[in-house]
This record gives sequence, C-alpha cells and structure tokens, in this order.
Amino acid sequence: MKCWTSFLAAAAMATVFSLPAFAARTDLVIGIPLEPPHLDPTAGAAAAIDEVLYANVFEGLTRIGPSGEVLPALAESWDISEDGTVYIFKLRSGVKFHDGSDFDAEDVKFSLDRARAEDSVNAQKILFEAIDTVEAVDPATVKIVLKHPQGAFLYNMGWGDAVIVAPESAGANKEKPIGTGPFRFENWAKGAAIKLARADSYWGEPAYLDKVEFRIVPDAAAAVPALLSGDVQAFPFFQPDGVAQIEGDPRFKIEVGATEGETLLSMNNKKEPFDKLQVRQAISYALDRQAIIDGASAGLGTPIGSHQSPASKAYVDLTGTYPHDIAKAKELLKAAGLENGFKTTLKLPPPSYARLGGEIIASQLREIGIEAEIIPVEWAQWLDQVFTRKDFDLTIVSHTEPNDIDIYARKDYYFNYDNPAFDKVIGELNLTSDEAKRNELLGQAQKILADDAVAGFLYELPKVGVWDAKLEGFWKDAPIQANDVTKVRWTD
Amino acid sequence: MRALANRPLVAGCLITALVALMALISFLWTPYDVTKLIVADRTQAPSLTHWFGTDHFGRDIASMIMVGARNSIAVALVAVGIGMGAGVPLGLFAAARGGLLDEALMRLNDLVFAFPALLSAIMITAIFGPGAINAIIAIGIFNVPVFARVARAGALSVWPREFILAARAAGKGQALITVEHILPNIANQLLVQGTIQFALGILAEAGLSYLGLGAQPPMPSWGRMLFDAQTRMTIAPWMALFPGMAIVITVLGLNLLGDGVADLLDPKSRRRR
Amino acid sequence: MTAYLAKRLAIAAVTLALASIVVFSVLEIVPGDPARVMLGMNASEAQVEQLRQQMGLGGSPMQRYLHWAGNLLSLDFGRSYTYSVPVIDLIAERLAVSLPLALIALALSTAIAIPVGLYAASRRGRAGDAISMGAAQLGVAVPNFWFALLLVYLFAVWLRWLPAGGFPGWSAGVWPALKALLLPALALALPQAAILARVTRSALVDVLSEDYIRTARAKGMPWRKVLWRHALRNALIPVVTIMGLQFAFLLAGTIIIENVFYLPGLGRLVFQAITQRDLIVVESVVMLLVATVIAVNLIVDLSYALVDPRLRNRA
Repeated sequence: MKCWTSFLAAAAMATVFSLPAFAARTDLVIGIPLEPPHLDPTAGAAAAIDEVLYANVFEGLTRIGPSGEVLPALAESWDISEDGTVYIFKLRSGVKFHDGSDFDAEDVKFSLDRARAEDSVNAQKILFEAIDTVEAVDPATVKIVLKHPQGAFLYNMGWGDAVIVAPESAGANKEKPIGTGPFRFENWAKGAAIKLARADSYWGEPAYLDKVEFRIVPDAAAAVPALLSGDVQAFPFFQPDGVAQIEGDPRFKIEVGATEGETLLSMNNKKEPFDKLQVRQAISYALDRQAIIDGASAGLGTPIGSHQSPASKAYVDLTGTYPHDIAKAKELLKAAGLENGFKTTLKLPPPSYARLGGEIIASQLREIGIEAEIIPVEWAQWLDQVFTRKDFDLTIVSHTEPNDIDIYARKDYYFNYDNPAFDKVIGELNLTSDEAKRNELLGQAQKILADDAVAGFLYELPKVGVWDAKLEGFWKDAPIQANDVTKVRWTD
Repeated sequence: MRALANRPLVAGCLITALVALMALISFLWTPYDVTKLIVADRTQAPSLTHWFGTDHFGRDIASMIMVGARNSIAVALVAVGIGMGAGVPLGLFAAARGGLLDEALMRLNDLVFAFPALLSAIMITAIFGPGAINAIIAIGIFNVPVFARVARAGALSVWPREFILAARAAGKGQALITVEHILPNIANQLLVQGTIQFALGILAEAGLSYLGLGAQPPMPSWGRMLFDAQTRMTIAPWMALFPGMAIVITVLGLNLLGDGVADLLDPKSRRRR
Repeated sequence: MTAYLAKRLAIAAVTLALASIVVFSVLEIVPGDPARVMLGMNASEAQVEQLRQQMGLGGSPMQRYLHWAGNLLSLDFGRSYTYSVPVIDLIAERLAVSLPLALIALALSTAIAIPVGLYAASRRGRAGDAISMGAAQLGVAVPNFWFALLLVYLFAVWLRWLPAGGFPGWSAGVWPALKALLLPALALALPQAAILARVTRSALVDVLSEDYIRTARAKGMPWRKVLWRHALRNALIPVVTIMGLQFAFLLAGTIIIENVFYLPGLGRLVFQAITQRDLIVVESVVMLLVATVIAVNLIVDLSYALVDPRLRNRA
C-alpha cells in the first residue's frame, strides 16, 4: 500500500515542477458520462444537453443558482401584479447572440411561444402551461399574462427548457447552438467531445476560462485513469464507485453535495407477495442501509426513511421506522405465511448505484430467505418493462425530480400503490399555499409512505464532484442537472 | 511413452486438470461463501486469511476464482457442445451429399461467419437479456460453422480413400459409412479443434461478462471480476491481478493441451517441431 | 474465369440479402421502444406515439423492411434517431477512428509477428524457438481488455507518456491523434501478433523442409539469404490469408477495447446504438461490417483462384 501512495506522490511532484508557473491556466477539460443526443435544450429531455449548455451557452429570463435559488439573467428585473397573473420583465440591454444579432423582447416572445405551441417538441411543456399570452411591449420589456397564479413561475423560467433562442438560428441549434451566454459553441466531435470558447461579446462579467472541452467519459472505470493521468481535470458528476481510488490523493478535491434523488428499492405493490404489508415491512427491516451506502456509494449519501430529500424544510426523519433487524423481518415473513421465504426478481437499470446496490440488497434479502434473481436491464428495457408495463417485482432507481412525492398519488404509476388516505393528503396539498401548512401535509404524506413501506427507502443520492485541487468555482450541489462553468478558474 | 516426452501435452494436461479440479472442489468447499457480502471487509490486501485478498464487497477473491472457474468451464464447454452437436452433422452431411446441398450449407456457414461474433452476441443478449445461458447460446452459434468446416474438410479427404470404396462396394449406405468410417477418422481433428474452441470460449465468456452480459451475480465470473476491479486498480490491484491470471493460465493450459494432442496424433506436425 | 467470377459475385449478393433479412428481423424483436427512450419518464403516451410516427416506425414490418433495403441499395442509410443526422455521416466520422486503429494494430502485429516467426523457425527445436513460441502461447491466452487495463495504468497513469483514453480528432493534429490510438492498437495487436507469429513459424517450417530449399542450401547459399529470399516469400500465402481475416476482425472486434479507451469508433457507436435503441444505426453498421467481411472473403478467394487455377473448378 505504502509504495503505491509514495509513487503517486512522486508523480504529483513531477507534475508540479513540470508546469510553467507564470500564468494561471485558462483551459479546462470536463468529463461528462453521457453524450447529449443534440445540443438544443428546448427540444429534448436528456440531462446531458443541459450539462453542457445550460448557463454556459444559453440563458433564460431567469436562472437557477448554485443552491437552487432564482436569479435574474436576461431579465434584469420584474414586476408581478397583485393577483400574481401578470409578469412584466425588464430585459437587459446590449445583449448579443453569438452570431452577432441583437437580443430583444421579440426573441423572448418567439422562444416562449415556440416552446408552448401545439407542435412543440419541448420535453417540459408543463413549465409553460400557465402562460396565457406573451407580449413584446417594447424591445426591452416583455409582458406575460398567466391563466392562473403560479408560485413557481419564475423558477420555471430558469429551466434549461425555457432558455431564449433567436428565430433566425433556432432551427439549427441542435447541431450549432447559438445563445447569449458567456461561452460560444465551437465544435462537436461526435462520440468524443464538445468544445466551447469564451464569447467576447458577452454582456456580463466575462468567464475566467477561455476554452472548455466537455469530454465524454462513459464510466467510472474510464474516468479514474482519465483523471489520474491529467487528461481530464474535472468530473462534476463523478460516479461514487470511483471515489475509493481518488480519496487521499492530494492532487484532487472531492466535494460531496446534495441532489434531489431519492434512491429506492421499488416494489410492485399490486403483485404477490408484495401486496402484503408484512412482506414489504419484512424487506424494509432486512435492508442494512449503511452497508448499501458503503458498498454502492463509497460511504457517501444520507439514509432516508421516506420519499423526501433531507435537505428539504419539509423533511421528517423516518429512518427509524424500520431499523436493520433480521429477526423482526423473519417474524413478519412468518406472519405473512412465507416462513420459508420465496423467489423473486430484481431488475437493475445501468447506473452503478443500482447495479452495485442490487448485489448488496440481493445478499441482504437472502439472509431472510428471499432469493432475488438479479436481472440487469438497459434503460430502454427498464422504461418499457418496469415503468410502462409494470412487469417487475423489485427494482432500484433514483427519483431525481425535486419535490416529487405526489408520484405516489398518480394513478397507474409504476409502484402500483393505491391509498385513498395518501391521495387525500396530496389533494389537500395542491390546494394549500401556506408554507407551514404545506410542510405539515408533506410530513403526513411521508409518514403514510413509511408506514405502508411502499418501497425500500434507501438513501439520498449524493452529487460527487471531483476536480483538480487547483480549480475552484464549481457547484457543490445539483439543484438542477447542469455544469455552470462561468465562475470556474485555476488558482495558481 | 511418447506422450510423456511431449512437453506441451504434459503441461497442458496438468494445468487443465488443476483448473477442473478447482472447479469441482468449489462444489463441495470454498474458503468463504461467495454469495455473502460483508461490506465492512472490503478491499483487503492478500493475507493469510484471504490469500488473494477481498473485493469491493468483502468477498474472498480466491473463493470467487474457484467458483468462477465453474462458470467459465460450463459456458465454454456447453458452447463447444452446441458447436459440435450441430456443426459436425452438418459438415458430414454436406460432405456425403455434395452438390447443391453442400454448396447451400457452406454458404449458410459463410453467412454466420460474416457476422461479427461479439457484436452479434451483444445483440442476442439485448434481446433475451444478459445471463450465462444466453452467453452460451451466443458463443455456441459461432462455434457451429467452425466445426461444420472442419468436419466437412476432414470428411472430404477421407471419402476417396480405398477402405471407403470397399465399404461402398459392400453395399453400405452413406449414413452408415459416415458413422462407421468417416467419423472415427476425423475424430482427432475434431478433438484438436474442440480444445481450441474451448479456449476461445473461455476468452469470449470473459469478454461478455466484462461487458456485463455474462453470468449474473451472485454467480462470480472472471470477466466481471475484472470489470469490478477497474475502478480500484491502484488501491486494490489484486482484484485485477488474480482473475486475469486465472483466465491466462486456463486458456494457456487448454492451448498447450490442444497443441500436444495435435502433435501426438499427427506425425507430420511432430516432424515439424 | 468470367463464369467463376459471376458465380462468386452472385453468391456474395445472395449472402448479403440474407444477412439483411437476418439483421432486420433480429432488430424487430429487440424489446424497448426507441421513442420512449428518447422522451424519458415524464412524457405522455400521446407524445411517444407522435414521435414514433415522426421516426417512421409505423407500418407493417414487411413495408419497413422493403423501404429500408431499398434505401440501402441506393446507399441511403437513413437518419439516426438519437443524433438526428444522416447515418452515413456518423459512420464516416467513426471510420476515421476505427479504420486507422485497425490498420495500426495490423501493422504493429505484423511488425512483431514476422520477425518472431522467422527467428523461431530458424532456431527450430532450440531454446530460442521454445521461448518465443512459449511467449506466443502466452500472448494468445491474454484477454485483450485486461492487457489494455495494464497498459493504461503503466503508460498513462504512471509514466504519463500517452493519454488514458479519448480521441482528440484528426483536426487536433496527426501526432496527438496517433498518440491516442497507440495504446488501444497495442492492446489489440498483442493477441493477433501471437497468432500470426505461430502461423508464420509453422508456414516457414513447412517451406524449409521443401526440396528446393535443401538444394539452395546444398549449392552453398547463405542461410540468411535462403530464409529471406526463398522461404519467407513462399510462406507468405497463409500469413497473408490470416492477416486478411484479422483485419475484418479488428474492424468489428474492437467494441471492448473502444469501450476501455472510450474511443468514438464504429464498435462503440453500435454498442451505444443498441442500448439506446437507435436501431437504424445498428442495422446500417452491422450491414456494413457484414459486407466488408464478404468482400474480404471474395477478394481472398479470387486471388487464390488467380494463383491456382485448379481451385476455380473446385469452388
């Protein structure tokens, strides 16, 4: 062990001395796990699109900041009418698109009308649902009238799906994106990398870096050597599986933040024997969350006891509902008439939290006599078999949408969960705007889910960022799936 | 006695027997239970308690290699069985009949040959899902044309021989001649090809499980052990070292065995050495 | 010869047509809906159906097959579902990686194998022969992805001579691009070189026992000259045949190595396309690879026939 570390230290020293120390570097290679299918954030659901372009190339009226707050972007300021249905946005002046054309209110009207049109291919049309009309009052003013008040409207306008594009270039954005951000698109070598360069015409504070390359490095196995060899200097979304090898290496910084991802062992609540509460509870007792977090997530991640992010104000700690207790689990199985255990299947999508976690969970279930056959599936199959056709017993998946506890009230959602009491709480929640009251209802909802043991609630997925220790300015948390590099710089 | 002087044969036999023995013992006993994950004991270096160290889930690598041998051997052996079972009759039939049928069968062979094997195996597992059985099918299909070719070529060289002519004169039918005379005469070539395909099957299985398309947990497989080792190459190099060596030694043993058998049976190749 | 040529070409065409039917039917039964994969978990059924229609996934399988095969004949490969660019462009981009990779690997493997084979043959039965052929046995037995891992950690992580993976593109300059291909090519070349060295040695040994070699030796020609001028030249036929087969293998068999080094080559394109259900890309690439193999076989067969007229009647 010792000789390995000293070798690495020597290698690190060699790098330090071989670098010229005059000026800070201004180039950066960032590793991303998935290649975007195209480069238009307004026309696709793939998170990989936003990971490259959001805030860097494209901007919206508002933007979402590092902690999930709403910040002004192309709209300098705004006024909201008393009844909350009329928004007047004051736009920034002197903003230019990367092709040299000017940005004005007509571009805003075009972008929003395009996104909410009948034939729109926007993946999040629901964001624009409340909009009644969009009007360009003058080149620097936009008036938006809503059909009904919507508390999250400014937040919605900060999504990648709501960025402002120009009518002249919108059609070609999939291949050659033209936005207003601090970086302009340079080129895309398919399957390999996407390159951005600093946009000199940017209206705001210029970025520190002048060249940024997003390199596609598909898995942790490739990411580790890429990082160690210096080919890639940052992985804002690093797979925890690779952390073990980076930990303790002074050349790198590991920053662990929060995501909105509740990682679940989902159970098919209508299928035998998971329709029995005792069986679901037995499984919950059989799970050793700490072992799962240690083995599948490098010890990173917060255990959860229901479907709510521990970072949320409405969070109630329910991890004590089903502590790891094999005797209790066996007792419950016996009470359910399944003393000798049973055979079942566990379908695992590709991410390492599922594949690694699945192996550990299968081993833990074996302790109480449940033989879960592991079936690895690709996303295509998972969406088809599990999500759409509900043909599954057990599966592991992280639900990464923020504040999504209402999915348990959706009819026909893949959990096959149906509890009128829960639906009632969610119904009430939808009509409530007072925050304290909302949090109380959310607490009730969490309690019901935990008591019903709807799923095995495992842990909140961490956002693990790994980058060269001399870099700063990355986001710690992931309120949205983005790699905002506008503030990133080298410190030496 | 000639066999003992044949060094590849001796070495190949020894290695193969050792691996087979290891696989057999694993049915009765392994140092540790490979289906039990003790995460707290993860990535321990080789020691007296864990000879080859432990993996990222705290499993004993020596035990996993023993059980993994079972998996590798089973997949490769059944795949050879499929190849022989379907390929040899096809090749013999084509050789016996000749003409258009022979042509058609051989073109069909070419068709299978034209498909990139690994890619096709990936497509097969995409349809039926990954797993040991589907890995066997995927590897087995590509063994069929290999054995068909060897059997046909061997049979074609035997058919013109005098003793076949004699048998025909005695009124024996094609089928009977094929079974009684042709098959015994090409058995040696089939055996040699069998060991080669066996060795290739072990490598192919390792490749498929490395891509996650082979045997699924809790069944350990050498290829997947290497996949798991990749993210820990500098902190737990033993995770990559021992399964890799297990593959190399097994394949080496089988290839030596194949060479040895070929030497033993074919005087011409012995002269060449 | 013309009749022979016509027959071989006809057979190749029929094989290709059969292959297209096989490929199409196999992909028909792959589970998973490309439209659903593209739209993700939050899209409605109606949105998915709309996209299905847009992607030309409606209609009966027979109609779609004829449409696809017809387009293939006119070299129109269609548009990728996920990238929404013409498939032919994608293939061309990826070939710019895979083709040089296969060629470098082949060159490396030949450069290693021929001298080793020559050396072993000339030392037949002696220690040099045993050692080099032992090494070749070892080379055949090493799984190439494992060897690739060791290379990455040796040359990229420790020595930092070469990149650990990725491909900068030829636009970044010839040397950086070549550097990126060197390790993967080496990983691919080793097992191939081991096989080729064994073939070279045994072909040479066969040739060296021929009468004309003995005659040349008896006439006092130096051993080295005999080896190079007579033996190697005559042993080349089996060696070149194996090389042809290896080239086809290298073009298609690089999926695992391209994954280890995350190279944007043909193998990874098709691997990704399968997982994302970009079926049109899978169909086109597989057909291209199958056509390549058939063409290589055809060329090998024809060149044999040119060399040896007896073969024309046999085939």
